[in-house]
Amino acid sequence: MIIRGGIIYDPTNGIFGEEMDLCIEKGRVVEDAKGEEIDARGLLVMPGGVDAHSHIAGGKVNTGRIMRPDDSRSGVEPRTRVCRPSTGYTVPNCYAIGYRYAKLGYTTAFEAATPIISARHTHEELEEIPIVDKGALTLFGNNWQVMESVRDKDIAKLSAFIAWGLRAARGYGVKIVNPGGGEAWGFGSNVKGIHDTVPNFDITPADIIRGLAQANEMLRLPHSIHLHFNNLGKPGNYATAIETLELLKDIKPSRMRQVVHVAHMQFSAYGGTSWRDFESKAPAIADYMNQNSHATMDMGQLLFGSATTMTADAPLEYSNARLTHNKWSNLDLELEEASGVVPMIYFRKALVNAIQWAIGLELALLTKDSWKVLMTTDHPNGSPFVNYPEVISLLMSKPKRDAEMATLHEQVSKRTVLANVDRELDWGDITVMTRAAPARVLGLEDKGHLGIGADADIAIYDLKPEDVDPSMDYQLVKKAMATTKYTIKSGLIVAKQGEILAVPEGRTYWVDASVPKADMDRLMIDLNEKFEKYYSIRLSNYMVQDAYIPNPAVIKAGLELESGSLVKEVA
Amino acid sequence: MIVHEDVICSFCGCLCDDLTVEVEDNQVKRVKHSCRLGASKLMGHDRIKTPMIRQNGELTEVSYQEAYDKAAEILLRAKHPLLYGWASTVCEAQKKGILLAEEVGGILDSTATVCHGPSVIGIEEKGLAGATLGQVKNRADLLVFWGCNPAEAHPRHTLRYSSNVCGKFTSEGRKCKKVIVVDVRETRTSKNADKFIRLKPGSDYEVISALRMILSGKAEILPDEIGGVSKAELISLVELLKSAKFGALFFGLGVTHSRGRYKNIDNALSLIAELNAQTKFIIQPMRGHYNVAGIGQVAAWETGFPMAIDFSRGMPYFNPGETAACDVLARQDTDAALVIAADPASNFPRSVVEYLAKIPVIQIDPHENPTTFLADVVIPSAVAGIEAEGTAYRMDGMSLRVKKIVESSYPSDEEVVHNIIASVRRLRSNVIVEGGT
Repeated sequence: MIIRGGIIYDPTNGIFGEEMDLCIEKGRVVEDAKGEEIDARGLLVMPGGVDAHSHIAGGKVNTGRIMRPDDSRSGVEPRTRVCRPSTGYTVPNCYAIGYRYAKLGYTTAFEAATPIISARHTHEELEEIPIVDKGALTLFGNNWQVMESVRDKDIAKLSAFIAWGLRAARGYGVKIVNPGGGEAWGFGSNVKGIHDTVPNFDITPADIIRGLAQANEMLRLPHSIHLHFNNLGKPGNYATAIETLELLKDIKPSRMRQVVHVAHMQFSAYGGTSWRDFESKAPAIADYMNQNSHATMDMGQLLFGSATTMTADAPLEYSNARLTHNKWSNLDLELEEASGVVPMIYFRKALVNAIQWAIGLELALLTKDSWKVLMTTDHPNGSPFVNYPEVISLLMSKPKRDAEMATLHEQVSKRTVLANVDRELDWGDITVMTRAAPARVLGLEDKGHLGIGADADIAIYDLKPEDVDPSMDYQLVKKAMATTKYTIKSGLIVAKQGEILAVPEGRTYWVDASVPKADMDRLMIDLNEKFEKYYSIRLSNYMVQDAYIPNPAVIKAGLELESGSLVKEVA
Repeated sequence: MIVHEDVICSFCGCLCDDLTVEVEDNQVKRVKHSCRLGASKLMGHDRIKTPMIRQNGELTEVSYQEAYDKAAEILLRAKHPLLYGWASTVCEAQKKGILLAEEVGGILDSTATVCHGPSVIGIEEKGLAGATLGQVKNRADLLVFWGCNPAEAHPRHTLRYSSNVCGKFTSEGRKCKKVIVVDVRETRTSKNADKFIRLKPGSDYEVISALRMILSGKAEILPDEIGGVSKAELISLVELLKSAKFGALFFGLGVTHSRGRYKNIDNALSLIAELNAQTKFIIQPMRGHYNVAGIGQVAAWETGFPMAIDFSRGMPYFNPGETAACDVLARQDTDAALVIAADPASNFPRSVVEYLAKIPVIQIDPHENPTTFLADVVIPSAVAGIEAEGTAYRMDGMSLRVKKIVESSYPSDEEVVHNIIASVRRLRSNVIVEGGT
């Protein structure tokens, strides 16, 4: 296949809007190819989108569907020759997730939070999501084994446990959510800061975060730790954010990437002492990001309208439910995590929501290096991912932001600086934030760019960058970004002008990390005891079986050792 | 002899995964660690021997292919077929079932409709604050069993997960726990209780409301007696609930199918949410069939809805009260039924069963049951968890992979449904070809 004459944006390879042909063969970008030709003359061409933080599969998502038949009733689309029916808006069914990502030009999406114990469920859903490649981050921040190894300052055993946990969950990376808070929630409380003591474990969230970061780098995992801060969603929490980032400054990355990725920073960039004097601290966070280079973040942009909040931060969801009087689901998971789900409507007329909306945009616009900021809505917490075109058009157009601001509470321009931010992102920035940077942050070498050998995941938009001024033509930008002219996944045209043409099964990435046998043996003594005494599931039934990963893409990682001492297969 | 360790019991929603099963000559000889109910299932009993089609009133042996084709013909000919059951089979079969329902424009519903369906509707109203059974084991110092009788229906629940087990913060086991049973009659479960509260039948809603009022400081406006229980006793019950470090309420069909139905659950879910302002409390339904939780999960991720899904519009439509199995049968709004891993003839209201007997019925099941007597096509299948592997969801939503421990000549439920889909597609393409010429 040859894509002729597109205006290519491929920031990883230093290409910003050059007219080029792209050749594809056997699912990859190649020097030269024959066959079908796609006429993309003058059109915007990018690598397929990569969503590094989205809640698309597993217990929480399905709980959202079950408790929200109101949501499933919207977005209903019938079967077609190739498609299963679609339902839902904030909590779409599996099929809709795949189709809608493909129509947006996204070809990869990572589920952001999976407890090991319920990973089988997550993979059952991932398998049903068509088209896109996927993976799932694994939760470690409230796990008893993690907390005990941290308490014992046994980073080698902790590394062994991460390797074991990633294999057990067929997970991709280390996710940490409100570390220590999930354990405290087991008896109905929470931790209030990173130096608070975690009940029953004699450690602090700071210890957990540092320990996991050290182990993550010891294992040379493709992704860094992926952190949902303590105190998320609370006024004044920007201090916790900066304090936590300071904890990790001295840790050396084992690969060419960040040491920590901060999830949905918007929810952690809050000033004020209560919702009454609530204000943006995005400028402080952006300053910090501009002065330091060990962290990346994703926006967690909030948009007005319906959302479903879902997180492993169970105490937060309880607060959300108390605040909104909305329905509340919770699930505590033995020895590992807790989680919650609460439907939410963000109101344009609510001052707090309007400030939250502005904070996400401020973070993206005030952070100078767009490689440090991924565009997300923390689907479906801030808004469903189908609204990415709205976010893109806001980032690219000051007039659009001004028009929106004019409809908001007058206090928004006092409690945020957004009105004074003139920066408008260009197509290069957008390509970085939606493709190139997420792929680099995750450590997916064949994604997010169009160099020779890259996966032939390509989005062609019905928009001529040379004719369109995104600042003024923001409606056109939003429309064009909502539906690709062509989405190509692994060299196959999967969507054309909003119609799904093919539904290949995507691959599932997971990380297989090797550790010294001696550490694994020491770990298994601990784990055997936990499974004998505390788990309600037997060890032999616990791990996700091969049957649940029909199309695996395994990335090897681990400690560099003499070959004889590597553990290839963990029990 | 082969000894299989950590076998998962595919009987009830406890999904105990610590059974030892001895197999000799491809037959289960002995089952250890299980309850009697589970052992009975694993040891096996009478099976339907071959596929059958009713001809001149008699079920007559046929080949599997003939049975698949006949099933497909019935489903294609029907205007609005019902595909019912799905609780005692694995998720892999359920997924195929949803595809089949889509392809024939049918209604898919599960046995939850006569079980915890009202709980699901309660959850749609209020959400559910739950925990895995291991969390309960490790932390709960107060257990409430309301309208359920695990001693007889889920015999190992108390021993593995709840009142009579030791965990991390419950190392003294039963001694460090309080057990409260609320029911309309004494049961074997209530005999294990520290406190038994006996309600008048049908008064769950009032009593739950009274507890919520006491909890929110409005006890003075309550009458002296609510649902056969004195106000003083309910006040002391609330004190007990509040005194728990971790409370867990388990409920059964005594609440879901007594007067008030989903409103009882809605009310109970609210009570638990409110208790969390005072202490830690969770609530869980005692799901019956081993994978009835699974059909809810699978249906939700595939269609957005957990049960009672009508595909006749070409897309999922959900409206329990209109689209549940008993609703469409009572309205005579379905003209054929596929019943898999269930027995509606025993469990549905009589008038509904009478209508079921009038329409063509396809049954897929390893065992004969009263539904067999009104079935027109009978397709025997392998027993999942013994003769076929697959995924099942425990009552708390944790999934496990049930195992195959003996060989079987029967096709799995998944294969049966897959083959019916193949027949549907073939017959339909024939029809299209004929129609085109």
